[in-house]
Amino acid sequence: MAATATNPQGSTPIFRRKWQLPFPLNIYQSSIGRKWVMALTGIGLLGFVIVHMIGNFHIYEGPVQLHEYAETLRGLGGGLFPRTFLLWLLRIGLAGMFLLHIHSAYSLKERSRKASDKADFVSGEKKYGSKRDYVAANYASRTMRWTGPIVLLYLLFHLADLTWGWWLGDEYVLGDPYHNIVASLSSLPVAIIYVVANVALAIHIFHGTWSLFQSLGINNPKYNELRRSLAKGVAGIILVGNLSFPVLVTAGLVDDDNRKCEVGDVACLEHEAEKH
Amino acid sequence: MTQELNLTLQVWRQDGSSDPGHFETYAANGISEDMSFLEMLDIINEQLIEDEQVPIEFDHDCREGICGTCSLMINGQAHGHEKATTTCQLHMRKFKDGDTIVVEPFRARAFPVVRDLVVDRSSFDRIIEAGGYISINTGAASDANLTPVPKEAADTSFDAAACIGCGACVAACPNSAAQLFTSAKLAHLNLIPQGQSQRFERTETMVDTMETFFGSCTNHGECHEACPKEISLDFIAFMNRDYVKAKVKNRKLAGQT
Repeated sequence: MAATATNPQGSTPIFRRKWQLPFPLNIYQSSIGRKWVMALTGIGLLGFVIVHMIGNFHIYEGPVQLHEYAETLRGLGGGLFPRTFLLWLLRIGLAGMFLLHIHSAYSLKERSRKASDKADFVSGEKKYGSKRDYVAANYASRTMRWTGPIVLLYLLFHLADLTWGWWLGDEYVLGDPYHNIVASLSSLPVAIIYVVANVALAIHIFHGTWSLFQSLGINNPKYNELRRSLAKGVAGIILVGNLSFPVLVTAGLVDDDNRKCEVGDVACLEHEAEKH
Repeated sequence: MTQELNLTLQVWRQDGSSDPGHFETYAANGISEDMSFLEMLDIINEQLIEDEQVPIEFDHDCREGICGTCSLMINGQAHGHEKATTTCQLHMRKFKDGDTIVVEPFRARAFPVVRDLVVDRSSFDRIIEAGGYISINTGAASDANLTPVPKEAADTSFDAAACIGCGACVAACPNSAAQLFTSAKLAHLNLIPQGQSQRFERTETMVDTMETFFGSCTNHGECHEACPKEISLDFIAFMNRDYVKAKVKNRKLAGQT
């Protein structure tokens, strides 16, 4: 049994492997292996999204608790590692997972485009003369290629907004995340960007959560039905949780009034945090 | 009492692989609702021959829904809108009088159009050649039931073996992926004891061959809906699992758990 890639009568191959990389990199050379990588990095990124959301719920406890949470992240693994070492390790791992997730998605999209590419096809989508009637494919699965880039653009915006403080300017106070979030989300256009992006994220996660079981081959008729419910549950929780921040700030329920510490008084925040 | 239908057909005509192809409109009048879709095309062709025109070419063989030769995208759906039905078993009573029906070939880069509605599906043969068989010496004919096969596994293997290789899964897939076909052919052999000795070698070579011609799965599930034999998406998951196992497994310990 040798893999033959010649097709004397029919079509020409769309993809030929020039050389075989050593294990385990050879897994990434195949489409199925790439789907495994997409699913595994998807699980990692999903874990990040959930932990990030839960951590951000500290904003409802107040500026001191959110500051304390931020300090906890910087001091992760304290006693064993230098300060912020583990946090940087997590950040690098996260960036790596993002790159692999994006690369696998993009390269597989290209393979599929090539497999459909011909005069009769337009931009990788098959063009039949009659209106293509999707039966099973849902809105989420068909828009993965759009919700993905939207989330990526939003991620860059989000980093520039709250990590680097590019357009908050003097309003941005390093060490007072509560104030930064309130200051940023108080602007209606920014709040709208957050809402739109998080709806896209939830749609992306809805298909991703179901699809990853299929890609990893985790399949058992006993619990196959539960995969759809899990996808709905996870996407729903992330949608409600993440939308709560822009919505509640815009509604004025989370604001800078009645703070124990003045805006930007990081020393006061640290002092209050120590009291806990 | 049978009713007669008057239909308008828009059929893809393509004079060989180098021709860009176009749609042509035909009137199909006085079609009996007891006809199959292919019999309706036969009637059109008789008329075309009488008018000294070139008849429409389409693939067909057994006309019993078991050979996998007939194809056709009918109104944008592989083998038409009826579930679990091949084009030859699709009856005209499923259409309404006055309907306009668009008839096209299955489309994918791996399925080049030969002429009109006939496509070359030999890429599937390349996948089968890569491992869709059992090639071990089995000696003389053994007693029946000598090899115990769990009933459930035998049933599932049979479900997979129901695949007739028509290519509807590829035609319906927006990615032109052949995952459903390949996974059915793999599961058919990989789920029973007789197929175990070559299981991982087979999975690796057949998947690698598939990937040279076809796109990548995005788990839409369109293939399963289009499949005239209702092959389950579960087989795709089995294939994904076995493929990475094949890459990781130490085959010097094959057969050991």
